Amino acid sequence: MSLENSTLVKLNNAGFKQNNKWLVEGVSLTVERGKIVTLIGPNGSGKSTTAKIALGIYKNIEGSVEKYTNKVGYVPQKISIDWTLPLRVHDFMLLTENIKDEAIDEALNLTGVIHLKNKNLGNLSGGEFQRVLIARAISKKPELLVLDEPVQGVDYTGEIALYELIKRISDTLNCGILLISHDLHTVMTATDHVVCLNGHVCCSGTPMDVAKNNEYKTLFGEQASQILSVYEHKHDHVHSDKGEIKKN
Amino acid sequence: MFDDFFIRALIAGLGIALVTGPLGCFVVWRRLSYFGDTLSHSALLGVTIAYSFEINIALSVFLISSLVALILIQLQKKTNLPGDALLGLLAHSSLAVGLVVIGFLTFIRFDIMGLLFGDILAVTTDDLLIIWTGGALILLVLKLIWKPLFASTVNYELAEAEGLNPDRAKAIFTILMAAVIAISIKMVGLLLITGMLIIPAAMARNLSDSPQKMVLFSIIGGLLSVLLGLFSSLEFNTSSGPSIIMAALVLFILSLLNIKQSIKLKN
Repeated sequence: MSLENSTLVKLNNAGFKQNNKWLVEGVSLTVERGKIVTLIGPNGSGKSTTAKIALGIYKNIEGSVEKYTNKVGYVPQKISIDWTLPLRVHDFMLLTENIKDEAIDEALNLTGVIHLKNKNLGNLSGGEFQRVLIARAISKKPELLVLDEPVQGVDYTGEIALYELIKRISDTLNCGILLISHDLHTVMTATDHVVCLNGHVCCSGTPMDVAKNNEYKTLFGEQASQILSVYEHKHDHVHSDKGEIKKN
Repeated sequence: MFDDFFIRALIAGLGIALVTGPLGCFVVWRRLSYFGDTLSHSALLGVTIAYSFEINIALSVFLISSLVALILIQLQKKTNLPGDALLGLLAHSSLAVGLVVIGFLTFIRFDIMGLLFGDILAVTTDDLLIIWTGGALILLVLKLIWKPLFASTVNYELAEAEGLNPDRAKAIFTILMAAVIAISIKMVGLLLITGMLIIPAAMARNLSDSPQKMVLFSIIGGLLSVLLGLFSSLEFNTSSGPSIIMAALVLFILSLLNIKQSIKLKN
């Protein structure tokens, strides 16, 4: 515990092997209070695995994880909920912690789904469910928030609003956020630190540092690196067409 | 008005229903019905051991069922066989071992039908004590592990990530399953215990939109099944276990009407 107490979770050369295949290896990163760390990288590059290592879901890892908080909110990338369970949004909000009703309402209001509070979880659309997942994670007022593609399936305007919300939460709660996203546009406005993964850490640093990195350029293409630089220049113009970059 | 044995059977049955109600919901939610079967089949071995060494039946069944659950967990870790194959392997082999051991115990007269299907005449005052104190203990422990168990039933990784220790909850729940089988074997019989866990919970699922409601309806369904079952068992001189399970089945069928109605309302 020699680290200054702003550190929430620290990965030291961490890796995870499944069926003799490395899902990811040699990852070192630190998430601090009030900071947003974003993991980017192609499909199968180990982003979700890294998040699960940080969360302690994977047990037999290489390297080490130091976790300094137990107040964690998690939005997983994939969640399969069994519909043999009768579960309303309200019940789901109370899943891992008993939260006051006002806090539940507040969180559901923030993500714009308060009207679904008494709906059955199984009857929600993908985007609605995603908003509920985010609301659940933030309603606990966590110190560490791990968001694995939190806005998948959310409509375009909602996506921007949710990213703004995430940024705001990191400020108001002073919590650390580990964010995984494919969407370079929106994410980079808020991120303090970018880690680019491809089975290992390709490069990491501020969005600007990463954009200049050659490995990053080969991984994402020249265009993607321009996006990062754009945001470093205090977003002087807007990209309306986000679809094509997402496919990278 | 009623004979003593019947009063005892009623008290025993109601105590069992109070415990199988909430536990049964988890059996349905976590898809553990075959796991329940496996544990209860192994209970026969527990009963034979109890007779051979003259120890308490509930205790012996509890120990053997827990042991089988432990073996299952080890086999799951060390082999590549699918879960249902392992369950079948353990269920049938422990049943077979139990029956073979009975064959050797020629000096004891066994009421096999009673073991398999339950016997209301067999319930003693001691059994009532075991059922009610054991049952209260099971419910208390279930309440203590409710949060992590329920959260990991919904999603394991969420529970693990947010620090609830789902593995410990699962292990404790396994022991609770063995315990509920141990306290209900005399009454319901080892072939039908899983029915007592699943059918009231399944009925409750048809009537509920939240987990708490499902647990409540499952308990009510279990209590009604025991009352209906035992009275008809007395009336028609049928085995207690099948009578209770049939009553539960009737309630389940009635609950289907509710589904039809709610589907109609939706359209």
